[in-house]
Amino acid sequence: MIEITLTAWQMLVVKLLIILIIVPVGALVGGYVLHKEMAHMQHRLGPMYAGGWHGWAQTLADGIKFAYKEDIIPASADKRVFSLAPAVIFVPVLLLYLVIPIDRNLIVEDLDVGLFFLLAIGSVGSIGVLMAGWSSANKYALIGALRSAGQLIAYELPIVFSAAAIAMLAGTLSLVGIVEAQDWPFILWPPGLGLALFLLFLVGAMAEMALPPFDMPVAESELITGPFTEYTGMRFIFGFFFAETAHMIAFAAIGTTLFLGGYKPIVPWGPLDVIPGVLWFFVKTSFMVFLLLWIRFSFPRLREDQLQKFAWKVLIPLSLVLILVTGAWVLYGP
Amino acid sequence: MTIKDPELQNLQDSSAFATEVSEGRLVTEQMLLNVGPQHPATHGVFRLLATIDGERIVRAEPIVGYMHRGYEKLVEQRDYRQITNLISRMDWLSGINNELPLALALEELMEIEVPPRAQYLRVALAEMNRILNHLMFFQSFSAELGAITPTFYAFREREDIQYAMETVTGGRMHFGFFRPGGLKEDVPRGFTAMALAAVRKVIKRLPDYEDLLTGNEIFKQRTIDIGVLDKEVAYSYGVSGPIGRGSSIDMDVRRDEPYLVYDEFDFDVCRGTHGDCFDRFWVLLHEVIESAKIVEQALAGLPPGPIMGKVPRVVEAPKGEVYIRTENPLGELGLYLVSDGGKRPYRIKIRTPSFSNVSALPHVLENTLVADMIAILGSFFFVLGDVDR
Repeated sequence: MIEITLTAWQMLVVKLLIILIIVPVGALVGGYVLHKEMAHMQHRLGPMYAGGWHGWAQTLADGIKFAYKEDIIPASADKRVFSLAPAVIFVPVLLLYLVIPIDRNLIVEDLDVGLFFLLAIGSVGSIGVLMAGWSSANKYALIGALRSAGQLIAYELPIVFSAAAIAMLAGTLSLVGIVEAQDWPFILWPPGLGLALFLLFLVGAMAEMALPPFDMPVAESELITGPFTEYTGMRFIFGFFFAETAHMIAFAAIGTTLFLGGYKPIVPWGPLDVIPGVLWFFVKTSFMVFLLLWIRFSFPRLREDQLQKFAWKVLIPLSLVLILVTGAWVLYGP
Repeated sequence: MTIKDPELQNLQDSSAFATEVSEGRLVTEQMLLNVGPQHPATHGVFRLLATIDGERIVRAEPIVGYMHRGYEKLVEQRDYRQITNLISRMDWLSGINNELPLALALEELMEIEVPPRAQYLRVALAEMNRILNHLMFFQSFSAELGAITPTFYAFREREDIQYAMETVTGGRMHFGFFRPGGLKEDVPRGFTAMALAAVRKVIKRLPDYEDLLTGNEIFKQRTIDIGVLDKEVAYSYGVSGPIGRGSSIDMDVRRDEPYLVYDEFDFDVCRGTHGDCFDRFWVLLHEVIESAKIVEQALAGLPPGPIMGKVPRVVEAPKGEVYIRTENPLGELGLYLVSDGGKRPYRIKIRTPSFSNVSALPHVLENTLVADMIAILGSFFFVLGDVDR
């Protein structure tokens, strides 16, 4: 047995490398799950050939195909902004994974302000979407980008409020601290309130990620692909498909951490502790992904103004009320 | 930015593009948006020149002609046997229903008696074709509203009917099965049972569609009171078919001027009340049930006998003219045939339903939102080949 001692800096590099491997692999698997779940809901088989067994290599093959595609930048586009935009979208998604605790000690950096970091970084991607839409010199892209910006402003608030309520319940902003504070997962305890906060978070997250039924920014039957209409090849994949899948998994992981008790067993019962935390985390995150996809393929798309009305007239007042209720629970509850 | 298209240039100069400036108010500028000719919501090469202010559509003008294939001229150079296959390609979703008026016109000119078995089979096939067409628009409409799952359910049901029709005609889109005087050949053994099973399956599964879409709150919000087509406007543009009936126009050629043996069957004419997207969609969905009823009756009462009347070896229509109206899946189809006595028609003029229906679009699209525009385009069921011919 060889013992390896690493300095803090070396540890950080190793952890970052692990993240750099986990995220693309997760996105590939997530893309495959997306294909398959959609297909089975729609009475189809989905990819069946690539790689042999049930088309497991389909997303990989797609990725290789996109790598070989010509990278076209429209003549009238603002070239530097246009080229930069996919990176501005993708890198923040990558950064989200830095503070999510996969197990008690398996976390790149347990920031004291982890939750705050998540919320702040999570919104940066929208700047990339705006950049993409504006620099493409395409009217559809512009409409999509503006819709995306409007959606971000409206739906950032419910997410922030539900996260703030969680911080109040846990008494900390550190994500490990939040998980440790959940003897019972927050979705079950406080009863009712936790579930309401979870639903609020779910709707806000779906709107922020522009997943159907809130996918007006990309709305392929209206705006072709919205801000990404002019993108091709790897830029399209990284800015759009990869970022979308990685973002979805990241939000599923955040939801797991905040509401489902992260790496801890779903109920505090002794025998369940045998199952390792990584597995708990993985199962819960998969469930969240499944839930997001299930909603995604069931509903028609809302209209932008209807979405805004829903946010400002229903969700935001509701979230304010929930903050008050949470405060009362923390002060006077058991 | 310089604009090369003179048509666009004119629009640019016109007052629609004057920037609204008033003190203390936000200055907005209107923008031209070309929806199509290549756009996912137009199902083909249809162009809509929209002037938009933010997301609001100030004016929309449909521009047709990208799909013009000159069929009306082309048929003057072909003899009657060949025309059948040209005409079935006008509206590629309902080939059988396009072949029908030509056969009827020739039979009237040449005074051919069509045996009852052929008449019944024609009705059954035409109605099955109508179901195929309606299910196709059901799927495209739901896909345009972002509900991708019902899309595939519609395809699943279409496949059974498609297969039944394939066993009869050998084709899946362009059947070429109706001849002046009757049908190309008799149906194979077992067809009746197969077709009945397929049609009954559709009826059985339609409630699922209702649950998935028409009962969905988001779907209601996206369609109710959106894109209202008034009855008067619909009348003045000659809008017919499911769209006209959605605007509560009480008209169906099958009932009003029965051709073939439609007068022997019992079916309802579905009508909407408001003329909004929801009504048009509702009518479309319920016409599937009515068509299925007709197919059941026609196949149940299918008489034995020949499938071809007495037709001369060379089809030559005597000198004269004839106008035939039929109820195409998308609306009323009128075929005006002038013959100078030869093997070829002197002139054929076809009034296609899609063209008239699309003409009413600017009225409906005015003052809607971009997202509504897609819903309206989806609920104005039209086939591009049928618009341009």
